[in-house]
Amino acid sequence: MEKQTAFIDGSRLMIEAAVQAGAEVFVGYPITPANLLYAYSSRRFPIVLPAPDEITTLQWMSGFSAAGRFPVTATSYPGLALMIESIGMAFMMELPMVIMLVQRLGPATGTATCGAQGDLSLLHGINSGGQPIPTLCPSNLDDCYILAAESVRLAVRLRCPVFLLSSKEMVMTLQSYDLSRLEPIERVPREYYSGSEAYLPYAAGADGVPPFLPVGGTGHQVRLTASTHERNASLQHSTPEALENTRRLRFKTEHNLHDYTLYEYDKRESDTLLFSFGITAAAAREAAASLEKRGRPISLLVAKTLFPVPTEYLRIMEGYSRVIIAEENQGGQYREILFGKNGRNGVSGVNGIGRLISPNEIEAEVDK
Amino acid sequence: MSQGFLSTENLPFCAGCGHGLIARSIEKALQRLEHLTPLDLVVVTDIGCIGIIDKQFNAHTVHGLHGRSVALATGISMGLSNPRKKILVLLGDGGATIGLHHIIEAAHRNIDMTVIVHNNMLYGMTGGQPSGLTPCGFKTSTMPEGRPDSGMDLVKMVHGIGAAYARRIIAAGDVTDALEEALRVRGFSLIEAVELCPSYGVKFNPGRKLPEITEGAGLAPVLLRNESVEPFHTTVRDNTESLLNDVPVPAVEFGHKLSGKVSIILAGSAGEGVQSTAELLAQAAISCGLHVTKKGSYPVTVGVGFSLAEVIFSTEEIHYTGITGIDAALVTSVEGRDKALARLEKMKSGTIYIDSALYAPGSGAEMVIRDYRAPLGARSASLLCAAHFVKRSGFMPLEALLRALSSSRAGKAVDTDKLEQAVCELEREGGAK
Ligand code: SF4
Repeated sequence: MEKQTAFIDGSRLMIEAAVQAGAEVFVGYPITPANLLYAYSSRRFPIVLPAPDEITTLQWMSGFSAAGRFPVTATSYPGLALMIESIGMAFMMELPMVIMLVQRLGPATGTATCGAQGDLSLLHGINSGGQPIPTLCPSNLDDCYILAAESVRLAVRLRCPVFLLSSKEMVMTLQSYDLSRLEPIERVPREYYSGSEAYLPYAAGADGVPPFLPVGGTGHQVRLTASTHERNASLQHSTPEALENTRRLRFKTEHNLHDYTLYEYDKRESDTLLFSFGITAAAAREAAASLEKRGRPISLLVAKTLFPVPTEYLRIMEGYSRVIIAEENQGGQYREILFGKNGRNGVSGVNGIGRLISPNEIEAEVDK
Repeated sequence: MSQGFLSTENLPFCAGCGHGLIARSIEKALQRLEHLTPLDLVVVTDIGCIGIIDKQFNAHTVHGLHGRSVALATGISMGLSNPRKKILVLLGDGGATIGLHHIIEAAHRNIDMTVIVHNNMLYGMTGGQPSGLTPCGFKTSTMPEGRPDSGMDLVKMVHGIGAAYARRIIAAGDVTDALEEALRVRGFSLIEAVELCPSYGVKFNPGRKLPEITEGAGLAPVLLRNESVEPFHTTVRDNTESLLNDVPVPAVEFGHKLSGKVSIILAGSAGEGVQSTAELLAQAAISCGLHVTKKGSYPVTVGVGFSLAEVIFSTEEIHYTGITGIDAALVTSVEGRDKALARLEKMKSGTIYIDSALYAPGSGAEMVIRDYRAPLGARSASLLCAAHFVKRSGFMPLEALLRALSSSRAGKAVDTDKLEQAVCELEREGGAK
């Protein structure tokens, strides 16, 4: 196919892909650097609503999701902070939705117009109880398109909220991009409970994911709750069935992780593995290419599924005496998630704030 | 009706609790609505004693967070967007105040739902603390002397913001009629039902009766309507246009003389075409078969101050979009120069194209000093400077930029012939020096 090079940003691809995949409602509250996502959504989504704040945003989304319409929003840390209790609610109620989180420099209001990868620690422990929320992270424009659609599919598949995690540069930088690379996306089918027995909203099969049914239908009663509950959604303090249900919420994301462990692994004959994700993966790719040209090839692992943490990454890392993890934050948040405070022999980080991590810094670390 | 909406036996409340009394009236009021079956009803409950009523309902039930029930119900109402369905929200005075803005928003938009605020004037579940709706003089566990000032008038508030129906009742007996009336409203209806919590309200205010507590404390019964307000309707657009349809795809019709990569910055002022010029350069580069990226930076108040753009041109696919070394800087205003100064001073090679009225920074770069602001006006300063850069550096033909300009919106405002002529003059000027 002939090339069709256009000058576009990642936001455009994310919104286009999400809508093609079946997202129907965008609930927006403006925040830099996520505003382009809102702007594109206002043109593309079948339903677009301006919310008065981010708590309302997540509650409206949950309502839409409960009614069977797939919702999306886009925000950055200050908005996320307001949403967190409600994201926990949506997770507990098991409502599919996508939250596009665009990282900027914190803490607090920080610098609205400066990118960052500083929300990893927060996302890792976002649920009280530690249940991970599936988080996908695009590393280039191809990923913006593919992973936005994948996040919709995943939210439906796992019946839960999904984060699509990016940062300012990923969604705002314009790049020449060959549109002919984009395959049309199939709409994610919504399959609802159709049994004749009474519907138990939290009765799951072996994969831990209960069938979904929107509220408001005349076939079955649907109960949803954010409190600890049994399979029929009845609120319980801590019966064995209720605790089993709480355990299932963790199980369903981790048990099915093999179905959405997404990464690129470029293996070379080398003792060194470079690991990165998101915007920093771009610098990692350039560094790896440059090292190869210099006759010092290294392996490259670009993670696209960040949470739950795929243990596969750790298995791959075991094969290398040196692992270098590049991420745009202070101290290496994802490195700490992988290896704890103690770290591991041979594991080091390339970190920084207030600027993109450059290929030169990464090469310098490899050369050490 | 064979099956009730709500089984009022074994309600989970203390004996004599106002919640139980209201629940029995809710069941009767729902029974009076023609054609409504339990599965046409979605009950959304809040946190607090009233919140645990959901399991008594044979309707759809959604039990969410403290204070957020009205916002959650708003999403459900907008999502179903079906006048045959009823959305009923049950919350207490605590939930009403923590989520006050959700109620205001839903009332303002006249979202189709009925909200019953069970105002027992304190937080029952947590030990009887005062809420925003506690009236003057009413004693609570953490305010044993009684509230010194008045509580909020929720009914007046939601009426003021446009709710179709807002009413305060004293829930001391059967309140079915009032609830039925509210449930029949199309749009947003709210009932504030003032009631007593025997466990704390009665305990801290022994002997006091509801009429006496509410009288003179701003909690008198009232009914306020906004006539002929339309309920919210969810607009659904089918077949919106793909976002990939309206992006320009320039044909590759020019060649280039680039080998490797060129990184430039454009430093000017808001309103002087910096960002649009950077994008035109990119479109031109694409029409020469090059890879290109562009980043903008400007103050949060986008209409004033500096405007900076970074553009990278490359023969190879560009992954990392940061600029490590600047090959050319196009500086067209004081604000742009000042913003970029530190980076300009660090340049050890490359070229700085700078407006002749500006103090040129000391650096190792070659200086190209011209009047970029006068020939086509300040609004086109950045464009003229970029055109001069293209002409002088020669890595892509000026024609590519002119073509990009004429097929853009900016092209209508700028005469490409004049631009080309101005560039030639700038070049001649350089030759004469
Ligand atoms: S504590 Fe008060 S509000 Fe709660 S159920 Fe008992 S009487 Fe009712």
